[in-house]
This record gives sequence, C-alpha cells and structure tokens, in this order.
Amino acid sequence: MEDILLKIDNLHAGIEGKEILKGINLEIHPGEVHAIMGPNGSGKSTLSGVLAGDPRFTVTAGSADFHGVDLLSLSPEDRSHEGLFLSFQYPVEIPGVSMVNFMRAAVNAKRKYFGEAPLSAGDFLKMMRKKREIVELDNKLASRSVNEGFSGGEKKRNEIFQMAVLEPRLSILDETDSGLDIDALRVVAGGVNRLKNDSNATIVITHYQRLLDYIKPDFVHILYKGRIVYSGGPELALELEQRGYDWIKQLADNE
Amino acid sequence: MDNRNNDNRSGNDIISDVTGSEYKYGFVSDIDSDIIERGLNEDVVRLISQKKGEPDWLLDFRLKAYRYWTTLEMPRWAHLDIPDIDYQAISYYAAPKKKEGPASLDEVDPKLIETFNRLGIPLEEQKVLSGMAVDAVMDSVSVKTTHREKLAELGIIFCSFSEAVRDYPDLVRKYLGKVVSYRDNFFAALNSAVFSDGSFVYIPKGVRCPMELSTYFRINASGTGQFERTLIVADDDAYVSYLEGCTAPQRDENQLHAAIVEIIVEERAEVKYSTVQNWYAGDRDGNGGVYNFVTKRGLCRGDYSKLSWTQVETGSAITWKYPGCILAGEGSVGEFYSVAVTNNRQQADTGTKMIHIGRNTRSTIVSKGISAGHSQNSYRGLVSVAPGASGVRNYTQCDSLLLSDTCGAHTFPYIDVKNDTAIVEHEATTSKISEDQLFYCNQRGIPTEEAVALIVNGYAKEVMNKLPMEFAVEAQKLLSITLEGTVG
Repeated sequence: MEDILLKIDNLHAGIEGKEILKGINLEIHPGEVHAIMGPNGSGKSTLSGVLAGDPRFTVTAGSADFHGVDLLSLSPEDRSHEGLFLSFQYPVEIPGVSMVNFMRAAVNAKRKYFGEAPLSAGDFLKMMRKKREIVELDNKLASRSVNEGFSGGEKKRNEIFQMAVLEPRLSILDETDSGLDIDALRVVAGGVNRLKNDSNATIVITHYQRLLDYIKPDFVHILYKGRIVYSGGPELALELEQRGYDWIKQLADNE
Repeated sequence: MDNRNNDNRSGNDIISDVTGSEYKYGFVSDIDSDIIERGLNEDVVRLISQKKGEPDWLLDFRLKAYRYWTTLEMPRWAHLDIPDIDYQAISYYAAPKKKEGPASLDEVDPKLIETFNRLGIPLEEQKVLSGMAVDAVMDSVSVKTTHREKLAELGIIFCSFSEAVRDYPDLVRKYLGKVVSYRDNFFAALNSAVFSDGSFVYIPKGVRCPMELSTYFRINASGTGQFERTLIVADDDAYVSYLEGCTAPQRDENQLHAAIVEIIVEERAEVKYSTVQNWYAGDRDGNGGVYNFVTKRGLCRGDYSKLSWTQVETGSAITWKYPGCILAGEGSVGEFYSVAVTNNRQQADTGTKMIHIGRNTRSTIVSKGISAGHSQNSYRGLVSVAPGASGVRNYTQCDSLLLSDTCGAHTFPYIDVKNDTAIVEHEATTSKISEDQLFYCNQRGIPTEEAVALIVNGYAKEVMNKLPMEFAVEAQKLLSITLEGTVG
C-alpha cells in the first residue's frame, strides 16, 4: 500500500548493552488505531521510547520509516516536529515553567522547523483555549507549572491536551490508563477519540483491555520478549482479558 | 532595557533574540580618557580629590580610609580562589575627557552617547526611557543623569555623587560612611580612599518616586578599576525603586570593581534595590573578567521601614558580595532575593546579612544558585538576632541547581540568635536538571538549549518576579545567554 504512515522493519534495540527489542515489524496506515499489549517486561515502553528517540535506548539494527522520513536518524525534537507524539506513562514535573510558556515554546519550535513565524500571543492563547475544551482541562491547570502538583488523572489529561495542541500524525499513548480512575479514563479516551481523523494514527500501549473499551483499536498486537508474536483484530484484546497471557507465552515459546 | 511589554514575550522569543553566546557588551569605545598614572599612595588619593575639587572633610575621609587600608590584608575567608592582585598596577582614576560637568547633552561626547545607545541606554532627552531616570557612569565619572528636572519638582535629588558633594555637602556628610564605615573591610577601605563617582539619591518625606531610578555602570578604559559609591536616603514615608546595571569590555586582563552602596531607610519608608550584574566574566578558560568585590548595606533605621534587595548575578570572573540589611527600627523588614549564575571558570561567593536589632523585625531570604561548567557557586548568609530583638522572624530558602558534573555549589549559612523568641527557618535544596525533563521537552519539540533556558528560568522565577518589568526581560535573556552550551 502506498500511504504507509509508519513502517518498522526488524527493529532491534536495548539499554546498557541488554537487548530488549528483538526484531519488531509493524506497519501503520493513516486513520488506524493499533493496540500493543503484552505482559510486563515484554518491551512495550522500550518500543515507545525508541520511536520517540529517548537517548537511554540504543538501536542496534532495523529501520523505521515515518511517512518517507528515516525516523531513527532524527533528533527527538525533529521527530516531534515531523508529527510523532508520545504521551508519557510518567509525565515529568518542570517546576516554575507554566504550561502556557511550555506549550508556546513547543508550538513555536515546530513553526520554526517549518519556516513559519511564531504565533502571536493572542492567537496562541485562543488556540490554547480551544484545545483545552477537548480534554476538559480547566484554565487553572493550564496556568500552573508543567505537571507540578497534578494528580495522576490531571497529568494524563494534560498529555492529551498537549497532543491536541501539537496535532501529531502519530500518537503513542504509553500506558495512558495506568493510575486513572474510570471517570478520568473516560475523559482521556474521549479526548483521544475526538482528535482521531483519517490522516492520523494512534498506537495505544496498554496492559489491560479496559482502555480499549473506550479507544477502539483496529488491530491488536501482542508483544512478548521483544517481538510481536501475535496480531489480530479488536477481539484479540477481549480474548486476552479472558484467558490471560499464558497461552500466548506458550505459543511463542514453543515456536 | 527597552520599554517592552513583558507579557507577550515568551522565553522562546527571548532566546531567538540572542543567537550566539558571545558577550554582546564586550566592545571597547574609542574615547579620549584622562587616566592618571598607575599606582596607589597618598598623593594619588589627594590627586583624585583635587581633580574633583572636593572639600577638605572629604579628603580627610579618603586619607583616613587609605591609611587604614594600608594596614589590612585582602580577605581570604570566602570560598574563592583569588589570584594576587597588584594594587600598584591599577589606575585609580579614568574619566572620559570633557569640559566641566555637562549641563546639556550637547556637551556630552557623541561617542559616549553612542556607547550607551549600544548598551540600550539612550541618553538623548527625546529618547530617554519614560519610566526610568538614568545616571550613566563610565569608568570613574558620571556622564549624564536624565529626568533630573522632573524629579526635582518633587524634591527628589538624583545626581552623580560628585555633584552631590558640591551641591548638597551637608546631606552627603551626614550620611557618608554611616552604614558602611571605611573600616568595614578591605575593599570598603579601598573604595573609601579612591572612589571616584557614583549616584546620590534623596527622596524627601512622604514622596513616592514616580519612576524607577537607575544607574548604569560601564567600565571602558583598560588597566583601571571602577570604584563607585552609591548613597540612597529615603526619608520618612518615602518610596523608591532603584536599579543598577553593569557591563564591561571583553579583555584578557582582570579588572577590579570595588563598589560601596549605602542605603538609609527612615520611618515607614521603603527602598527596592535591584541589580542585574553582567560584568565581563572572562573567557571559557577563565582568562580575563572583572573582579567584583562589593559592599552593599542598608540601614532600616526607621520603625516599619523596609529594604528589599534583588540581584541577578550572571557576570564577573569573581563575585564577592553580601548585600545586607541592618534592621534597627521596630517592625522593619529586610528582603533578599538572589539568582547567581556561574559558568565556565566563574566563581561567586554571595549572599546576605540580616542583622535583627529592633523588635518584631522580619527578614526573608531567597537565594537561587545555578552552577555550570567548572564554576564554583557559594551562598554565604548571616542571620543574627540581637538580645533585645524580641519577636523576630526570618525565613531563608537556599536552592542550588547544578548543570554539570564539574561545578560546585556550596552553602554557608551562619545563624546567630541571642533572643529566644526568634523564629528562624532555613530550607535548602540541591537539584540537577534531569535527563527525563530534557527528554520530555525534546519530545514536545523543544531543543535542549531552549529547554535548559526554560527550566532555569522556571527555577529562578520566584526571584525574577521581584524585578521591575523592564529588568525582568533583560535578566531572563541574560540567564539564557549565560548558560548557552552548558548541556548536551
């Protein structure tokens, strides 16, 4: 197919000499939602970190083509500019830096990358207001320091808010459901669904089926020992919920 | 210091404003100067006094200070590695050549005006900053003070120190050396002997000064030091906000700056003193740069008076300064807000002294140190409470941010409490910019340099917010430039 958004080919990567990803292959088209599930320690967060360019990880083999761009050769900020967004499992706090200033720096860095003039203060604030509504983030949160003193739910909502502002082509939601109560989960998932369209795609990394009740995946992949060992439709997630991961582990280990 | 609107400028604009990490004030102006021969002795002290046409009492003051200075040794207690300074190799007076003190701007050398324009300090009457009166000091003398007539209508005196000696000798004599005695320390004695100019401010009873007063210090001539004195008196119920900025050319030699600031705050009066210190810091390897040895102190003499020091220290090869408050009046308040940044081979030993003498006096200290490169950054602070000072309150917060593995951050708090009703609090933290924070910013598209600037400005915000707006923007920019290239 021609319009491939992301094509990961035989990706190997690790941390401190220890190989964690052992040959990932994955193809994502615009408009799709892919869920990546798997038991703890299977490499889910490593995959998201490697794609986003987290310097702690080292890629040892393979490639990732992101709409015609060699993703792995780009700096983390250029990957961001090219349309890759990572919703962090543990968003960090940056004391004293207001969300407004932080997002303004982010938006203007992207505009600069594409040779556009910085957004005026008025236009920027207007845009912020509009995007805030998508994740029902109140004004107070937006004027507070980045993630400082935010509850778990507020942090995740704030991640989706940033996603709304940056309008990525590919969003990776890394365990976005962890630490969320059901109401917060609904708000966060609602935000993700509202941002979905035919030209962007989402990777949902999760341990549990729960989030997938709200964000409907088109494909479900099971990551185990650094490889995608099984792929299927949304029904696979339900099956995992009922049967657990053991049958997958057996299947993969017997191969 | 343009009059810019702060709130539509983000950290981002500020950084894109400044490309390249060169010290942008490092230029030298080609100005004819009257520089006296190098060296220091009684004749030199007499010569300086004579050049300024001073009265005998002031010459006596200088000579006493000089004689006392000769008995002293340079202080070595600070956490600083100070090379030996040859005090005989310095010229103690350098003045841009001119006719008698300029009455109108026509008489000011156009090159001087151009110099200050390049520094962002317009001196032409039609261009002067509307919200701010400026005393521009080049090397040893004041070259121009703006807005004087307007201030005079309110009874406010704002002029160069030399003019004050000439025009208001009684006031100067009454207050000179009363807060910082020439016997205070080595550098105070040196300054008292050879000080050449500076600013004098008097705010009469009940007057709120309608604009920011500011002095801009510029060292230009080589082989010289700058020894200025500032004296600020706020009479009962008066208010003034005073700003001080400093720059110097980029030179391989070290230049000595030993200033004195004395402030007297009478009953219910308030003085805010803000400094953005950006003397040339030397190069990457520590060659050149200004030695900044400064004694600043205020006396809150009146009941319920208030003195607030805010400083952003980014320049100088070595900084040695402890702006303090003597809280003598009952219920008087002292504040110290400081951001001290050191990079490359810079050294700073800075902090404050809060001397609680009056009852129910309060003080707040917020110190934010930022160290990068191979620099050494120390906070040194004294909180003392006299036996008779009941009901004293002090809060000290002392934070250090480290940006490299090769820099040092040190804290030397001295607490001396002789009254058991005092409540003295001290909090201290040390932190680093984490890889996680940088990656988070990077992932959102913010490059590392910019991320560092953002995080550092966030860290320093509590202090930056205390600066007058025109200064805050400048200071924010300065933080970013000073730290360019420190991470990654």
